[in-house]
Amino acid sequence: MKTFAELNFPGRLIAVEGLDGSGKSTQIYLLKRWLEAEGIKVYFSEWNSSELVKSATSKGKKRELLTPTTFSLIHATDFADRYERHLVPLLRAGYIVLCDRYVFTAFARDVTRGCPPEWVRGNYSFAAAPDLTMFFKADLEVSLNRILEGRPKLKFFEAGMDLRLSTDPYESFKIFQGRILDQYLAMSKEFNFVIMDANENVEKQQVLVRKLVSERIDLKKFKRRSPLPLPPSLAGDLEAKEDLEDKAA
Amino acid sequence: MSAKKTHRFYGHGIPRVKAEDLGGKLIVVEGADGSGRSTQIAELVNWLETSGRPTVQVGLKRSTLVSEELEKAQHGNVLSRTTLSLFYATDFADQLENIILPALKAGFIVLSDRYIYTLMARDMVRGMDEKWLKNLYGIAPVPDAVFYLSVEPEELVQRNLSKTATLDYWESGMDLGLARNVFDSFLQYQGAMGEAFRQLQKTYKFEIIDANRSVNSVNKELRKKISAVIDGD
Repeated sequence: MKTFAELNFPGRLIAVEGLDGSGKSTQIYLLKRWLEAEGIKVYFSEWNSSELVKSATSKGKKRELLTPTTFSLIHATDFADRYERHLVPLLRAGYIVLCDRYVFTAFARDVTRGCPPEWVRGNYSFAAAPDLTMFFKADLEVSLNRILEGRPKLKFFEAGMDLRLSTDPYESFKIFQGRILDQYLAMSKEFNFVIMDANENVEKQQVLVRKLVSERIDLKKFKRRSPLPLPPSLAGDLEAKEDLEDKAA
Repeated sequence: MSAKKTHRFYGHGIPRVKAEDLGGKLIVVEGADGSGRSTQIAELVNWLETSGRPTVQVGLKRSTLVSEELEKAQHGNVLSRTTLSLFYATDFADQLENIILPALKAGFIVLSDRYIYTLMARDMVRGMDEKWLKNLYGIAPVPDAVFYLSVEPEELVQRNLSKTATLDYWESGMDLGLARNVFDSFLQYQGAMGEAFRQLQKTYKFEIIDANRSVNSVNKELRKKISAVIDGD
C-alpha cells in the first residue's frame, strides 16, 4: 500500500483512527481549525458521509437489514464515492485532506464482524495509504465511559448487537469495542500508525498533533494563494511575508 | 431432488454460511438486453412450477437495501466506476443473503436473471481490474449451470428498437464516450461486452447458447439442459 506522497500526488492525506470515544474527532477538528487559520488548503472528510449512499445505509441500519457482508460493502461504496469524487481530485490539486476514519476502520470492524481479512482488504485496495495515520489509543474503559456516561441509547449495529455477543447492548458494546481495539493494535505496525496517548488531556494532545503534522509535512507548500495578488502598495505586511515564503518554497 | 451434490463459493464466501448447507439448484441465465433473457426465464419458471418444483427468481438491482438509491444514481450518472461497482455488489450481496441462500438451504430452484458475470463484464469494460473483481465476488456461490444467451450486436439493436424504439443509455455504454451517437456506441459497447464475457468464460465455463433463434427452440434447449442438471444427482 503506497502513500499519496509515494504516488507523487501533490496533496497529503492525514487520517485519524481509534475507537468511538477516543477523542479523535475532536483532535482532527482542532487540527483543521489550525490549518485553516494558517491559510492552508485543507479539506475534511468523514466516514460514512456520502450523500447518495447515506440513505441506503441508514435504511439498512434502521431496519436492521445489514449482514456483515452488506455492512462492509455499503461502507466500501460510501468510501469509494468520497474517494473518487472528493479525495483524489483534491489531492491532485495539492490539498491537505483530513479523514476522520479511513480504510483501517473497515479492516478492524468488518473483520471483527467475521468478514475474511483478505476480502475486506482486497475490496479497499483501490485506496492509497495516508501520509500520516494517528491512532488515538485510550484505555478501553476510558473510551467506554466517554460513550456510556450519559447511558445513551446504543444503536443496534454500533453496539455490535448483530454479532449476538450479549443480549445486553452495553455488555455487547464493551465486548465489540474490545475486539475492534485488538484488531487495530494488530495492524498498527503494518500501516505505520503513530500511536497518540488519548488518555492525556485534549489541549496537550492537540499540541502534539500539531507538532507531529508540522514535522511530517512541509506545511508552507500547501498555503492558499490569493486569487488576484494585490499590488505591493495595497498589500499588507502579512501578504508580503507570505509572498516571500512562497518564493522560498 | 436430493441434496447429494453440495455447493461451494467462488472465494471466501459469506461469514457464518456453510456451503455444505446449501441444497437446491442455482441456475443462471446471462445475456444482453434483447437476448430474450426475461422471456426465457418466465417460460422456465412456468415450466418448473407446473412440474411441481419450488422456484424462486432473482435479478440485478432488485434488493430492498439499495435498489432505489442505485436507480437514482444511474439517472444522474453521478457515480464513478469503483463506487458504482461496489454499489452493485451491495445490491447483489443483499439479494444473495436474503433470497438466494435461504432458498438454496430450503432446496428451491433459484433462477437468476443475470449474475456476477454481467457485473464483472461491465466493470471490466470500464477498466476495472479483473483480480479485484474476483476477490469482491468471492462471496458468490458457484451456480449449478450458467447459460449465456449469445446474440449478435446487430440483432440486439433490431430487437431493442422493435421493443422500445430506443437504445438504453447504460446498455449502450454511453458513459464511456465510445461514440458520439447512441447507435454506434451500442454496437461498440455490446461488442466489448461480448469480448469481456468470452474472457470470463475461460474461468467460469458457462454454456454459450445461440439465441439468434426462435424463443421456442432456445427454450427447448434450456429445458433439456436444466432437466439434466436437476435430475443429475
